[in-house]
Amino acid sequence: MDHSTRTGSGPALAAPPAPAGSPAPGAGGGVAAPRAPRLAARAASMLQRQGAVVALVVVCAFGALRYPAFATPENLLNVLRQNSMLGLVALGMTMVILTGGIDLSVGSVLAVAGIVAAGLSGYGTAVAVLGGLAAGALLGALNGVLITKARIQPFIVTLAMMIAARGAALGATGENSVHVDRAAKGILWLGRGRVAGIPVPVLLAALAFAVGWVVLRYTRFGRYVYAAGDHADAARLLGLKVDRVLIATYAISGLLAACAGVVLAGRLGSGQPVAGTGWELDAIAAVVVGGTLLSGGQGGVGSTVIGVLLLGIIFNLFNLEGTITPWWQGVLRGVFLLGVVVVQSRLQRRASAHG
Amino acid sequence: MSTTVAARPAPALGRWWSALGPTGGALVALVVLVAANSVFTPNFASPGNFWNILLQLSVTLLVSVGMTFVIATGGVDLSVGSVMAISAAVAAVTVERGLFVALPLALAAGMAVGLLNGAFVSYFRVQAIVVTLATLLAGRGLAQVINRDGALLTIDDPGFLALGRGHLGPLPVQVLIAAVVVALAVFLLRSTPFGRYVLAAGGNPAAARLAGVPVNRTVVSVYVLSGLLAGMAGLVEASRLGASAAAKIGQGAELDAIAAVVVGGTLLSGGRATLLGTVVGALIMQVIATSFNMLLIPYSWALAFKALIILFAVYLQRPRRV
Repeated sequence: MDHSTRTGSGPALAAPPAPAGSPAPGAGGGVAAPRAPRLAARAASMLQRQGAVVALVVVCAFGALRYPAFATPENLLNVLRQNSMLGLVALGMTMVILTGGIDLSVGSVLAVAGIVAAGLSGYGTAVAVLGGLAAGALLGALNGVLITKARIQPFIVTLAMMIAARGAALGATGENSVHVDRAAKGILWLGRGRVAGIPVPVLLAALAFAVGWVVLRYTRFGRYVYAAGDHADAARLLGLKVDRVLIATYAISGLLAACAGVVLAGRLGSGQPVAGTGWELDAIAAVVVGGTLLSGGQGGVGSTVIGVLLLGIIFNLFNLEGTITPWWQGVLRGVFLLGVVVVQSRLQRRASAHG
Repeated sequence: MSTTVAARPAPALGRWWSALGPTGGALVALVVLVAANSVFTPNFASPGNFWNILLQLSVTLLVSVGMTFVIATGGVDLSVGSVMAISAAVAAVTVERGLFVALPLALAAGMAVGLLNGAFVSYFRVQAIVVTLATLLAGRGLAQVINRDGALLTIDDPGFLALGRGHLGPLPVQVLIAAVVVALAVFLLRSTPFGRYVLAAGGNPAAARLAGVPVNRTVVSVYVLSGLLAGMAGLVEASRLGASAAAKIGQGAELDAIAAVVVGGTLLSGGRATLLGTVVGALIMQVIATSFNMLLIPYSWALAFKALIILFAVYLQRPRRV
């Protein structure tokens, strides 16, 4: 892991107004001396962030030309709906990864929240939804507390939470699915309803991403998230309450995973103890493909939208092609992920070499 | 307790304790677990159960030994479960040409994935977790493709089945394989330049490079070793099942192995490794699984308990903040 590259981030970070605690990578922009290399670095950094966008455009154009069924509203809405829940999980994962951490527990937390919501659905939609969300936020906050107060690595804490929460989900249900009460129409609506033709999960994901974007870009908390990922010790010395920021971030990740869990329970009509298995890997893949660096401090919500869409649309194209078996799809997705991260790491190194 | 009396034996005990290093806590936990189970779990302390635990341990142990080396370099190998499935699939489709073709091919397939992992980690400088996540995803698909598109291929070659079911004297073959691998790995880590290189590459790669350690080659070798051992584990597992089931073999093996390694006291940040600790860590996990099973406590509680053990072990070993 190459920590020295972090400070060479360029305009990706300069966007939020005056990043208070971070070492302000864009701050040297006024110095005229190394003009040309800086420009090259900016171009590389742009490419790094826009590489996923370019890939998305290419993939969409390819799909539209090759498959008549691709560019129809119904197909595109379907792609969005299928990926909205993963999108919610990936949004939380983005924030965690920006702080330099990782959250392996999202899939299990998703299952717990779905089960809690389904179990409480007899008391009405509001109670069920709030219960599910609260369960997720609490588990996430517990991750954060263990990471900051007990000082155990995020990888280990969330690995343990992943195992324990899955165990709790399996144990509490006796390994059976929990049906959503038919009276709780609201939950079913969250998973299956439409507003003005657009599926509700898509609207929820869009709303979450919009809020996430604003929070990361325009609030103090958002800047602290970047600062904690960029230089935790420096941020601490500057008086930032890094621990609180981290706990909040993991709680948000849990909350968003829970949100996906409740929506999924509504979609399936039941909370399932095995729901969300392996989603942590898909979410990390989407975040990384989008261009957020696992080392923290660089990237953002927009990148993740692109990453989720890119992986989702490739999956859609596989299905439209029809002749690619699921097994080959797995191979191709892995190869694609590897290709994207290699290109990104090269571009990033070039950017930091010039920066 | 009077301090003056207690003070005398303390230094000796302290030396013994610090010689054990980070494995001490795990060892104590293992002793407590075994003692408690011997008292409270009927039939736990029986020869049959002893062998049973060792049998189930050997696959995890093979993977965990490779993982210890990888983690010692500061990396991680998430692809081991998929590699297990790939090697089992390769063996299943080539076994009719004889074991001398099938086994080397299967192990070579595992090493090839390891080589790919290592090359991307060291030469392209992509983070290990991302590279091996990609090979986890791609590898599982590849295993299904090799396995004739997700079929369940039964293997009835008696020589192959001996790997996971045979005995050599009183010893089950797979336990023997695991024991030999652990012994060789301890030798490799402690008594060869390669072992020093691994720790140096994990502790401070820049300094190691300046000191002339071939860091990139060491890192690649470590992933190849992990691929080889995962391939071996896949063969043992397929032999035990008598079939190659590409969707099932090795599923989640990476997490079991990582858990065993960190519970044993190897630092995730690299630069320190204890294979004895890994063996103890794997034993702890297996004793929990077996005893919960014998006590008819649901699997879910075993999961929760495992999670607690992982957290507690790592908490005890956490680095002090400067």
